[in-house]
Amino acid sequence: MSYDARLRVWRGDASGGDLQDFTVQVNEGEVVLDIIHRLQATQTPDLAVRWNCKAGKCGSCSAEINGRPRLMCLTRMGTFGEEEVVTVTPMRAFPVIRDLVTDVSFNYEKAAQIPPFTPRQRDADGNHRMQQVDVERSQEFRKCIECFLCQDTCHVVRDHEENKPAFAGPRFLMRIAELEMHPLDGVDRRRLAQDHFGLGMCNITKCCSEVCPEGIHITDNALIPLKERVVDRKYDPLTWLGSKIGLRPKD
Amino acid sequence: MTTTLPPRRPPGPHAPGRATIAARTLRTDRWWLQPAITVAVLVAFIAYSTVRAFENAHYFAEPYISPFYSPCITTACEGSSFPELFTGPSWISPALYILVVPLGFRLTCYYYRKAYYRSFWMSPPACAVAEPHRTYTGETRFPLLFQNVHRYFFYLGLLFNAVLTYDAVLAFRDERGEWFHMGLGTLVLLTNAALLWLYSLSCHSCRHIVGGRLNHFSRHPVRYRLWGWVSALNGRHMQLAWVSLVGVALTDLYVRMLATGAFDDPRFF
Repeated sequence: MSYDARLRVWRGDASGGDLQDFTVQVNEGEVVLDIIHRLQATQTPDLAVRWNCKAGKCGSCSAEINGRPRLMCLTRMGTFGEEEVVTVTPMRAFPVIRDLVTDVSFNYEKAAQIPPFTPRQRDADGNHRMQQVDVERSQEFRKCIECFLCQDTCHVVRDHEENKPAFAGPRFLMRIAELEMHPLDGVDRRRLAQDHFGLGMCNITKCCSEVCPEGIHITDNALIPLKERVVDRKYDPLTWLGSKIGLRPKD
Repeated sequence: MTTTLPPRRPPGPHAPGRATIAARTLRTDRWWLQPAITVAVLVAFIAYSTVRAFENAHYFAEPYISPFYSPCITTACEGSSFPELFTGPSWISPALYILVVPLGFRLTCYYYRKAYYRSFWMSPPACAVAEPHRTYTGETRFPLLFQNVHRYFFYLGLLFNAVLTYDAVLAFRDERGEWFHMGLGTLVLLTNAALLWLYSLSCHSCRHIVGGRLNHFSRHPVRYRLWGWVSALNGRHMQLAWVSLVGVALTDLYVRMLATGAFDDPRFF
């Protein structure tokens, strides 16, 4: 069954823009990205939209649909009523380039600041050893498709542009957690996470986990464990003392 | 010479260069419902527990003691479920000496932090809904930096759980102190203690302490297994936080009803 959906799409660029109303045909089973493509094909050939795989794996078509950060390719039109106005805007935490396309270079700058994986010394026989159970936690974080919806929804930078220099955002704090938990990484990243990447700014309100299209438990499995490790290093006098007198080796 | 300051931006996602959308949020669902329910339940609990903590009466009905007053550590206590450690002024409720521990544990709990940051401080009230504050520093400075003491409240909370479990064991007596009896109150105290254990053991700090801090799980198989169990519980931490909170209040209410004579404890044997 087809019907005509009422669509509101933000159009404009960095100098300004507004929400514009359209009526676009919708067929059964289609997703928001299909409708945006139909709009582009039939009414607004100059509409800018970033997309690639259309399968929820490339992380390109991030946008806000009825105010919620989502991938357009994973949002079925069937989740809205036929009479409902569906509003599509670019991600509101990043500078807009044009229409639905935003400049996400903030994220690449943060990624570049993280010290890379640095293997610790090899065992006496010249090998590196680890078991599957040692890396399972990190593997959950490797599911990230870098859609940056978590960065977009995090109020620390979304509502406070001035925090961007001091806060890496959930995606990159998760990257630090991944490396910090890695059995073969030799860098202590706990102070770095708190002092340079703004872990203390996170108030664990879990919006990053709510919007993650990969279902990664960012807050519970990455951010809070990282906070606890920072407490070990910076705020727990007993753990600190234990590590100084050799009672608590890192692992 | 006059200088013209740039117009002050309203709080929210309105930085220069971003899409110009005036609305605080474009969400069309009832995003306000969850924070509203959280406020309602927490305010109700705080009001009830404050009244009960200051009431300084009706917290003991042989053989049951209210969790708000246990461990009861002063000579002014009703009953004798715990060693009396000191003599305090009789007008100070014994509950006030001890409530700092469960209060501190829940106040610094990672789940409750999410709940009250969202619902009371509106930071943010819901995902992609602008918060009303112009500046934000999170938990980087006093007083919120002290959220990092959570693990110490966790340790103390375990001691309290042990005491409440002891209270539940004492509840297997009758009014005359004879053992191997049981009433509905025994079940109430047992359930309360069990819920508090589950809530405490599902804590994120507990998860870190039992194994989360390790990088080589394979070298610590016992701690890895414990970590797996705690992680499974941790997935239910929110539910356990609410159920145990309501459980404590209902347990106290039950003991109060017995103590005031409003209800007679059904005895099983």
